[in-house]
Amino acid sequence: MKAAEYDYLAARRRLEAKAKSAGEKLTTVEDAAARVRDGDVVAAGGCLFSRTPMALVREVLRQRRQGLTLVRNLMCTEGEFMMAAGAVERVVTAWMSIGLPWGVSRVMREYVEGGKVAFEEWSHLALGLRFRAAAMGVPFLPTLTMLGSDLVGVAGMKTVTDPYTGQTLGAVPALFPDVALLHVHRADRFGNCQIDGYPHMDADIARAAATVLVTTEEVVPEEEIRRQPDRTVIPGFLVDALVLQPFGAYPHECYGLYEADFEHFQEYTDAIQAGGVRAVADYLDRYVYGPASYVAYLDLFGGERLARQRRFARDLTG
Amino acid sequence: MTAPYTPGELLAVMGARQLRDDTTVFAGVGIPLLAAALAQQRQAPRLTMVIEGGIVGPQIKPGRLPISTNEMRAGHRAQMLPGITDTFLLAQRGFLDLGFMGGAQIDQHGNVNTSVLGTDYWRPKVRLPGTGGANDIISLCREVIIVTPHERRRFVPRVDFITSPGWLDGDGSRRRAGLLFGGVSRVVTTLGIFGFDPETRRMRVEALHPGVSLDAVRASTGFEVLASGQPATTEPPTAEELEILRALDPERRFLG
Repeated sequence: MKAAEYDYLAARRRLEAKAKSAGEKLTTVEDAAARVRDGDVVAAGGCLFSRTPMALVREVLRQRRQGLTLVRNLMCTEGEFMMAAGAVERVVTAWMSIGLPWGVSRVMREYVEGGKVAFEEWSHLALGLRFRAAAMGVPFLPTLTMLGSDLVGVAGMKTVTDPYTGQTLGAVPALFPDVALLHVHRADRFGNCQIDGYPHMDADIARAAATVLVTTEEVVPEEEIRRQPDRTVIPGFLVDALVLQPFGAYPHECYGLYEADFEHFQEYTDAIQAGGVRAVADYLDRYVYGPASYVAYLDLFGGERLARQRRFARDLTG
Repeated sequence: MTAPYTPGELLAVMGARQLRDDTTVFAGVGIPLLAAALAQQRQAPRLTMVIEGGIVGPQIKPGRLPISTNEMRAGHRAQMLPGITDTFLLAQRGFLDLGFMGGAQIDQHGNVNTSVLGTDYWRPKVRLPGTGGANDIISLCREVIIVTPHERRRFVPRVDFITSPGWLDGDGSRRRAGLLFGGVSRVVTTLGIFGFDPETRRMRVEALHPGVSLDAVRASTGFEVLASGQPATTEPPTAEELEILRALDPERRFLG
């Protein structure tokens, strides 16, 4: 843990000095991702293979960023891509692999066991409270979780004494990321964002980060947002860049719109099983560095596959 | 004659029987979720399942069992989808009666390791996926039941790393660490059902599954398992229990 992550006064000054515009936010994914700097602490929204900001992750890798810290409560293939591309030196998470059927991530094992990437582990709630504390603008939050475990030492969590009862409590430090990468269902061009289904931790992450980059499945007229303002979870003045990107989380899922492409996960893990982690470099050439646009990337999966994943999503949530 | 069953089916049935009606359960995907769904169709129709991805009261769609706790399948026909942090805060507040969890490594005091094998956390021999919500579930639920295959490599005297604190070193050490409530009440395995001595908090046999001997348990356990006299024998899975489970997981993704 770096002290800058929980420096709430510095984080507040950074926000006070920043434009909080109600104006136009639409831009290209290249322009949005260019706001990520080498060495940044980057938080990604969604969770595991749900609503992962894949288009932004892909563009950060295309711009060959280095020395990043990736923070995400549960990490999936996007974390493997970042490790194999040499983009991250540290991950902050509660869990990393793809999902139970695909076993323990071989890529994670190689990079972490080899000492090339540090795995800073917090409990799922503790990491959520780190974002919540930052979203609240306070340096820490008291909690009853994580006490007594060996996570306390490796994560560096301190304890406090409850001034009222004298009990020992965990003091989870705030986490103010430099940049948030988020993917949402719909937004107007000013960046007022609405999310369907699982909220995950996105709303807290948007409030915690110094810079907020968002991709959206759909850009809707301002009137549509104003008709249902109770559905808005991120107000536009928090958002720095907005990119229209249908299927922006693919091959991960976007609730109600498309299911995760489990066959693709299987092909990907089969290739790693056969060729070791070098298979990820080949994968990145084919899916990240190769296709010049996101449309060209989606063409690799094909329209039929995407249409099928849309049907699966409707079956589950319709 | 009893129907034959797989180890996965045995675990799901024995886990399901631990659940009571009019309670709440924090369940992970796989066997714990199947066990909760089975209990709902039998003795616990008024049980509410909570899943850490941010789901309250889902209805599992047969044949479309969730692979993770955070995807569409897990939230099928749910009553509520709160955020992840708020879901765990329901447990911190005290709304979760029971937590159901698995574990890579478990020791005689019910401590669980899902982080690293080896002695150096930063340069581990084997890096495992990590806690996920397991640490929170074991810290915050009123009671926790661990459901796991019974293998010698899993049942070690002391875990390499305490990801999720059971009874720590026993003798009140969990309470002294600031965990003022909860703890592991039972460990349901493929060989039997285990509890903990109320003082030392060392694991002890409560019942063995049909056809399992104490010697078989000792051979599959890396520490001394306490036992007094001849333990009880569990009732084998019934045809009805197996039928419900098999309908939930026709692809046998988790039942094996």
